[in-house]
Amino acid sequence: IRLPVFSSAHAHFICKMAAVQGGLVDAVEEKTIKSEPVADATANNSANDARAPSSSPGSGVSPGVNKPAAGAAEDQQTLLAVLQFLRKNNLSESVEILRREAGLPEDSLDQKGGDSTGTGLGGPEADGRTDAGSLLSRVTVSSSAPSKAVAEDQPDVNVVLSAYSQQGDPALYEVYYSGLKKFIETVLDCHRAELSQVFYPLFVHMYLELVYNNHENKAKAFFEKFSGDQECYYQDDLRVLCSLTKKEHMRGNETLLDFRTSKFVLRISRDSYQLLKRHLQERQNNQIWNIIQEHLYIDIFDGMPRSKGQIDAMSGSLAGEAKREANKAKVYYGLLKEPEIELPLDDEDEEAENEEGKPKKKKPKKDNMGSKSKKQDPNAPSQTRIPLPELKDSDKLDKIMNMKEATKRIRLGPDNLPSICFYSFLNAYQGLTAVDLTDDSSLIAGGFADSTVRVWSVTPKKLRKVKSAADLNMIDKESDDVLERIMDEKTASESKILYGHSGPVYGISFSPDRNYLLSSSEDGTIRLWSLQTFTCLVGYKGHNYPVWDTQFSPHGYYFVSGGHDRVARLWATDHYQPLRMFSGHLADITCTRFHPNSNYVVTGSSDRTIRLWDVLNGNCVRIFTGHKGPIHALAFSPNGKFLASGATDGRVLLWDIGHGLMVGELKGHTDTIYSLRFSRDSEILASGSMDNTVRLWDATKAFDLETDDFTAATGHIHLQDNSQELLLGSYMTKSTPVIHLHFTRRNLLLAAGGYNP
Amino acid sequence: MHTSLMADREERRFAEVSRESIKLMAESAGVELGDDVAGLLAEDVCYRLREATQSSSQFMRHAKRRKLTVEDFNRALRWSNVEAICGYGAQDALPFRSVKDGELYFVEDREINLVELALATNIPKGCAETMVRVNVSYLDGKGNLEPQGTVPSAVQSLSDDLLKYYQQITRAILGEDPHLMKVALLDLQSNSKIAALLPYFVYVISGVKSVSHDLEQLNRLLHMVKSLVQNPYLYLGSYVRSLVSSVMYCILEPLAASINPLNDHWTLRDYAALLLSHIFWTHGDLVSGLYHQILLSLQKVLSDPVRPLCSHYGAVVGLHALGWKAVERVLFPHLPAYWANLQAVLDDYSVSNAQVKADGHKVYGAILVAVERLLKMKALSLSQPVEGGSSAQVGSTMGSTGYRVSSPGLSPPPEPLTEAALGIASHLQAGGSGCPWEEWTPVPLPAMYSELYSFFGDSLAVRFSTGPGKGNYAPCNPSQVSNSRKEPSGATSNPDTTRKMPQLTANLNISPRQDGSPRMDPSVARASSVQRSRSSSSRSGQRSTGLSRDVFPKARFTPPQTGPPVFSFLIGGRQMGRRCQGRRPFQTTFAPSASLPIPPRAYTHKLPVIGRVGKPVRRWTCSHYSLHLPL
Repeated sequence: IRLPVFSSAHAHFICKMAAVQGGLVDAVEEKTIKSEPVADATANNSANDARAPSSSPGSGVSPGVNKPAAGAAEDQQTLLAVLQFLRKNNLSESVEILRREAGLPEDSLDQKGGDSTGTGLGGPEADGRTDAGSLLSRVTVSSSAPSKAVAEDQPDVNVVLSAYSQQGDPALYEVYYSGLKKFIETVLDCHRAELSQVFYPLFVHMYLELVYNNHENKAKAFFEKFSGDQECYYQDDLRVLCSLTKKEHMRGNETLLDFRTSKFVLRISRDSYQLLKRHLQERQNNQIWNIIQEHLYIDIFDGMPRSKGQIDAMSGSLAGEAKREANKAKVYYGLLKEPEIELPLDDEDEEAENEEGKPKKKKPKKDNMGSKSKKQDPNAPSQTRIPLPELKDSDKLDKIMNMKEATKRIRLGPDNLPSICFYSFLNAYQGLTAVDLTDDSSLIAGGFADSTVRVWSVTPKKLRKVKSAADLNMIDKESDDVLERIMDEKTASESKILYGHSGPVYGISFSPDRNYLLSSSEDGTIRLWSLQTFTCLVGYKGHNYPVWDTQFSPHGYYFVSGGHDRVARLWATDHYQPLRMFSGHLADITCTRFHPNSNYVVTGSSDRTIRLWDVLNGNCVRIFTGHKGPIHALAFSPNGKFLASGATDGRVLLWDIGHGLMVGELKGHTDTIYSLRFSRDSEILASGSMDNTVRLWDATKAFDLETDDFTAATGHIHLQDNSQELLLGSYMTKSTPVIHLHFTRRNLLLAAGGYNP
Repeated sequence: MHTSLMADREERRFAEVSRESIKLMAESAGVELGDDVAGLLAEDVCYRLREATQSSSQFMRHAKRRKLTVEDFNRALRWSNVEAICGYGAQDALPFRSVKDGELYFVEDREINLVELALATNIPKGCAETMVRVNVSYLDGKGNLEPQGTVPSAVQSLSDDLLKYYQQITRAILGEDPHLMKVALLDLQSNSKIAALLPYFVYVISGVKSVSHDLEQLNRLLHMVKSLVQNPYLYLGSYVRSLVSSVMYCILEPLAASINPLNDHWTLRDYAALLLSHIFWTHGDLVSGLYHQILLSLQKVLSDPVRPLCSHYGAVVGLHALGWKAVERVLFPHLPAYWANLQAVLDDYSVSNAQVKADGHKVYGAILVAVERLLKMKALSLSQPVEGGSSAQVGSTMGSTGYRVSSPGLSPPPEPLTEAALGIASHLQAGGSGCPWEEWTPVPLPAMYSELYSFFGDSLAVRFSTGPGKGNYAPCNPSQVSNSRKEPSGATSNPDTTRKMPQLTANLNISPRQDGSPRMDPSVARASSVQRSRSSSSRSGQRSTGLSRDVFPKARFTPPQTGPPVFSFLIGGRQMGRRCQGRRPFQTTFAPSASLPIPPRAYTHKLPVIGRVGKPVRRWTCSHYSLHLPL
């Protein structure tokens, strides 16, 4: 079953490669790629028809999983189309490779258009092979929608829009809408809040239908009349909508395509839904009923209708709430077992020197290690779920250092708040856009709008380059201090500048071993820099649009990136192509973070949703809605159980990953939150914002709650408004926005930002 | 008709670019557009604009800024395959200008002479290095070590080079070697890269109070002030206040050094007064109300009988240095009260009083010099309305950019013509509320003269009859004065004379280079009347110009000594860019006698000044410099 997924994705890459080889990627040429699968798909329409007619590729959560047969057949068709394209362009080698990888018989292309079930037989054997293969050899696209998501693969616009062509009398739209409005206003209070959710999607779709059918003035009047009724958190979308008054403008408007291609999800109780249905049927209000049928996904649940507060807490995203089943998959949020590290002898010596520490220190460390190694967290993924790099000696040393530091860690709490140090970037007139600190807080790096990346040492130890190759030949490789000797003392300086990008650097991340630095930029590339030679090692090209964020996995080697093309990608440093592509967001991915166990990544988007992706299979396992603005900060709690997110709406939301529920809302910031960080033991959550403050929140208390089975099952949350109780402190900076936060290993809070006089 | 109006309004509501604009643009490209086409185009343009704006905002968000920049918008355009708009990258706000009759709004876009820019040597070097500095802001989440929410005072940390420079300069200036000091002062006067050190130098200078026993050190510090003030690359900003207070200290305080009569603290006070007026005239506009504050403190000292005579002397020379108007407003009304005290001192012939009496004579002399100029200037100002008719047309052709070159001496620029346009001079008129001279009414000249005559007697009268040179300046001789004024007013017809730096030559006699007190110097009258004649006849002015340069160089380059052009006013001064923002071609700044060949040396000297705009520190990011050619 996995085969089609895998092969189509590969086909996709090859396709792209072919395009690159061909030199100029012409729009016309691209169209041929796209239109062919569509044409071929006609033979396959029966399969498509089995699904809802409008569930075009990419809608919602992997329909491929639900409808494997249809997905398989469709992907098969796509694959064939790609093969045909390749052959037409005389890329026979690529054809051969793709065919072999997909396990298609040699004659598959010839019988293209014929009975496709025959070719599908190649599936099972390939399936077995791929499962056996290592993670790296498998490349999947998360949702089985193969051709959506990347900008160049957008669904054919005409097909998407043509759904709007059927129309009723434009003059009656207002009547319909106000009729429904009147009805909903008169229903019982308990249903009103739920049914009111229908207003916004209905409004948008009716408006778009009017525009599509060239009733410009009617559309404007309609907008004028009813836009004021919509919830305030849809303001941004309405602004986009109101500027759109011509059919011609609808092409190429991404927001609109998103709205069209994805069904707006509503959660409504069965009673309320029946009420609505009965009303519409009585009135013979087909226009509205059609829209509800085609463009809305109503997730009906049994039981009490939800209150207005409950609904407001969860809504606000571009495509409504998440379906309940989207958050049902099992997530292994536990931490991986720490590798057992033998304490080297010299460490003992060191402790001997430290007299008072000697008797005490040893015990807790052993305990610490013991408890971790013995207890197997049932929620943790297996150690080998995804292949992780072997620990090097230096990593082990670092872990030992970390443990030593941990023993000196300050226990934080409401009565024992951390000290805060602020790293101000002075004279940063070129615009500071991103900051990162190494885990041991020894290096700080800044990404700037002038395309540079600058690295500073914040310890007295200066930054040095490795000597040139010629000089390296001269040194005695047998000497004990060879690692010291390879460094060029002449290059020692407090800071280094890395040149290479051709656009503002929006994301920056140190590797855990401090040997590498990643930077993502507006120029569409991610660059890997060596902190030994201070040169660029690799430029990862894949996002063809600005890359807003990137982050190394906590175990190194892997990294994740996300950007304007709405696809998050998982990379390994030694592969120039992504290993996974996570597509599903309806707008730019604004920030990306790795789960502490490296098995999951989380992405925040300007579609105002947060998605959690499984690195193993690329599936989207959680969709969190509730933010009312683009998400700009994400942080996992160190124990992996919780997630905090911050957005332009100035709120921090807290999520329980295991249950897939929102568990808290922290209000207080007055501007975009750009940074979130938990203290090392999860007691404190620190948030940094554009409003020039750092705020500390009581995380222990915020997460101290029992999730009952009912809430877990229904997903109906009851949030208490206790932000003020949880807020432990609010700290002003000196007119400097806080764009990065970091807890040192001893729980000292470091904040960073560019001073802008 | 009604519907079309409605449609029109509707269109405006949804669109910001009107069809008229589209039509205009089409016309300028040589295309005639129909109404409907223009309407459609307008709507599409608006849609595209809004689309681009919306996508540009994400670049702002990701750059973690609050302000949308042109660069953000250009990025959005570039990503939608539209050509970016060049030339608006400056970080400063671009002023919109409007043309009244055409209802036309546009961004002012001056032409830039690339040659001048390329050859300019004073392009500010890049700002200080980007760096990271850490400070413990909150200890244990509570005790913040520094007050919250304040901005660090000196954000620019010093680089090693600057620190070294600072140490060397201060050591040289305060050290023993006079030659080294001269070099250091000269460098301080011309170095373009010391903006970051300004607070440190100001701090050093504020140390005057700790060295009040050492005239030599005080003198050096004052010279340091002078150098800083004269450095055209420094924007003093609010540091002016601090500098002024240091200088005032030297003028007014009974310094420890004054106890010994052998110490010539008088010269120091004279020099400080001179410096004060210089600071005020060149930088007074940086601090609002500075003039009033200075006058108030001078007045306070003057009216305080407990203060020693040397303080009074300081107040008098200070007022004198600030101009005749200051003398008229503060010194003159106080004179009757003060005279009694002074008279008592002067009349006491006892031996024990000898020293005090000598001091009293100094004060007497200072007052005499001050009131003498007061009378002369008053007479001159009275004569101006008469002359106004002749120069009216000149003034109108000059427009508001050209200021009259007139009124030599330390008075504010002549009020009848330019007062309203001058920021500083308006301080005189519109004082802050509650100022004691608010209700002050001018005393007519004859009354003033007769009152002063009652104090000074013939010693005053004799000063108005012995002046050499052409002018015979009887207190009231308007016709003669107006005659002699004709010539200079002709000179001012040069359209590009920017506001002139006040000529300080009348104060030559109290310059520190000359020994003796001003009043003892018989050349006072001569000097001032030389000055007068300089302005009335361009011939005779050379000597005093030369002298004035020696004593107090005002311009970075001085008029050539060999040729007759005299009205060659500085173009590098701070006033220059203040009003008219831009650089004006320097050629025209030169001599009124156009036939005169400009010596090439002077020409080359001028080049560095060209790239300069008003206030360098604040303005240097301005778009002029975005065109900076790497040489």
